[in-house]
Amino acid sequence: MTTTTEKPSTPAASRAATVTYREAIRAALREALAGDPRVFLMGEDVGPYGGAFAVSMGLLEEFGPERVRDTPLAESTFVGAGIGAALGGMRPIVEVMTINFSLLALDQILNNAATLRHMSGGQLNVPLVVRMASGGGRQLAAQHSHSLEGWYAHIPGIRVLAPATVQDAYGMLLAALREPDPVFLFEHATLYPMEGELDPAAGAADLDHAIVRREGTNATLITYGGSLGKALAAAERLAEEGVAAEVIDLRTLRPLDMDTVLASVAKTHRAVVIDEAWRTGSLAAEVSAQIMERGFDLLDAPVARVCSAEVPIPYAKHLEEAALPQPEGIIAAVRGVL
Amino acid sequence: MEVMTSPPEATGIAAELDRDHAHFLLQEMLRIRRFEERCAEVYSLGKIRGFLHLYIGEEAVAVGTMQALQAEDAIVATYREHGQALARGIPAGVIMAEMYGKSTGCSRGHGGSMHLFDIARRFYGGYAIVAGGLPVAVGLALADRMQNRARITACYFGDGAAAEGEFHESMNLAALWKLPVLFLYENNGYAMGTALPRAQAQLDMVLRARGYGIDAATVDGMDVLAVEAAARQAAERIRSGGGPFLLELRTYRFRAHSMADPDRYRTKAEIEHWKERDPIALFITRLRERELLSDADLAQLEGNAAAEVQAAIDFADASPPEPVEALLRDVCTPRETPEPTP
Repeated sequence: MTTTTEKPSTPAASRAATVTYREAIRAALREALAGDPRVFLMGEDVGPYGGAFAVSMGLLEEFGPERVRDTPLAESTFVGAGIGAALGGMRPIVEVMTINFSLLALDQILNNAATLRHMSGGQLNVPLVVRMASGGGRQLAAQHSHSLEGWYAHIPGIRVLAPATVQDAYGMLLAALREPDPVFLFEHATLYPMEGELDPAAGAADLDHAIVRREGTNATLITYGGSLGKALAAAERLAEEGVAAEVIDLRTLRPLDMDTVLASVAKTHRAVVIDEAWRTGSLAAEVSAQIMERGFDLLDAPVARVCSAEVPIPYAKHLEEAALPQPEGIIAAVRGVL
Repeated sequence: MEVMTSPPEATGIAAELDRDHAHFLLQEMLRIRRFEERCAEVYSLGKIRGFLHLYIGEEAVAVGTMQALQAEDAIVATYREHGQALARGIPAGVIMAEMYGKSTGCSRGHGGSMHLFDIARRFYGGYAIVAGGLPVAVGLALADRMQNRARITACYFGDGAAAEGEFHESMNLAALWKLPVLFLYENNGYAMGTALPRAQAQLDMVLRARGYGIDAATVDGMDVLAVEAAARQAAERIRSGGGPFLLELRTYRFRAHSMADPDRYRTKAEIEHWKERDPIALFITRLRERELLSDADLAQLEGNAAAEVQAAIDFADASPPEPVEALLRDVCTPRETPEPTP
């Protein structure tokens, strides 16, 4: 695991400013910790280390070890303890270092967090927030680079978020803390140093809707998380060719806002889904199927998908780039549906 | 194959034994025994389906340990939790109705035998992934600690769970954070059909617990008075700030693992050996020796238990099924629902 060191600077709470994605998450964490005594952060190295991705830098000093709580390397139990603490009236935020490590906690996530409300006949709910880094692009090879958020989006009983912008990194975390059921936030690891505008006054974000990040009329690009930037880059280059691509950021992967997607497809009649996960059984497959089910007559071409190659993510830079979706592949897919 | 170890020698009857309390303990064990017997009966009639794990033989564990818990303490149990649920005070009727898939069931028919919940009684459920309840218990105790509540969380688990990673992780975390968890290790000698010595290298659980920095003790799980005394002592230690405690309860299930288990892995001799230490028969004998239980008393207690279980079955039979319209009702919480009050 590597980390990035960075000064623990955070913008003043009320003014809009340019900050990084990690600073935006930190600002939301700070605001949540300061505003609600039930909120606490726990996970591996969230304390003196400042978080593997430097997100929680400075929070230990500000809020103390009870509320910024280092855990042993025991994913299943610290996620399960988050579930228990949520049942006991707290508002835990659990940081799992990366999505591949979260597999060690799948028992607690699927068998407990997602099912306790249903199994108890509605007596319980689990207001738990779990954050983790996802995705490739940093040459960390096949045990630190996967995009498995689509697996999580398969599970009824939880809400799955993938903030792709600085504002969403802040606002979606604050909104997650207001949810009565478990919320999983997948933060694409390449986004942490990304800079963008943050308006803290905007507060908690809407979690129910996808957002059109770029308007267009010729094709709809549907994506989320770390692939949003690639889709926007592809759309920019397509514009130079006279192709106006609309780009939709799904934001919430469960439940999906298909109304926004279908409204766009009704306009463009063409859809390309970009998803860093493997193609087979992917979220891209789900989006594609729903477009077909609900919008078959809107389509002038089959839905296209741009996904990762069906291979464990390799280490070497050129191989990893070849494995992951890239703007060139997105452009080619758009041309294919025009 | 090694035959499982016998329980420790009986610790003997307490010097002072209150007659009413003795009758209460016996009544509780009889309630569970008769309830479980009737469960097996209605299961064979097809009224209960799915998995059914009976507690027969282990009654002294649930009844004895429950005496150490207060109303505000939390309980996390396993898929073999009818005994704990009854001893905690969940009405027999709503437990039976749950297994019948009825809307009057404690989990409205969505959980079944393995997932009994009653939050008003702080009964946080039966967990059917072995060891899956331990981290949740650690978290409940963490919430109590962080909110300065003087409560404990009792976590029942079996000998099979002690081989799981979540057991190791939870022992460590509870000890590290000195959390008020009472770990109740129900050692009935078998993880489904695998005898403990065939699955675990270190059988001395007190030693293992101490390896994590957790104080521990072993008690004869067939002796309800010994269990009660040990559980009270353990709970007292935790309440006085001593951190987690592990109590090993050596017990035995007289029935197979579940109704689906042909029970081929144990000898009749072994089962008979343990039945000689039937916790109910043992307690009755002791009470009679001390002239604390007459035939009329016993008949009364048996009558109470039989009537309660019959009423539970009647209630379950008469209850409406959970409607199909409720299928998706409790997957997610309606957003306007007020926050739970722990």
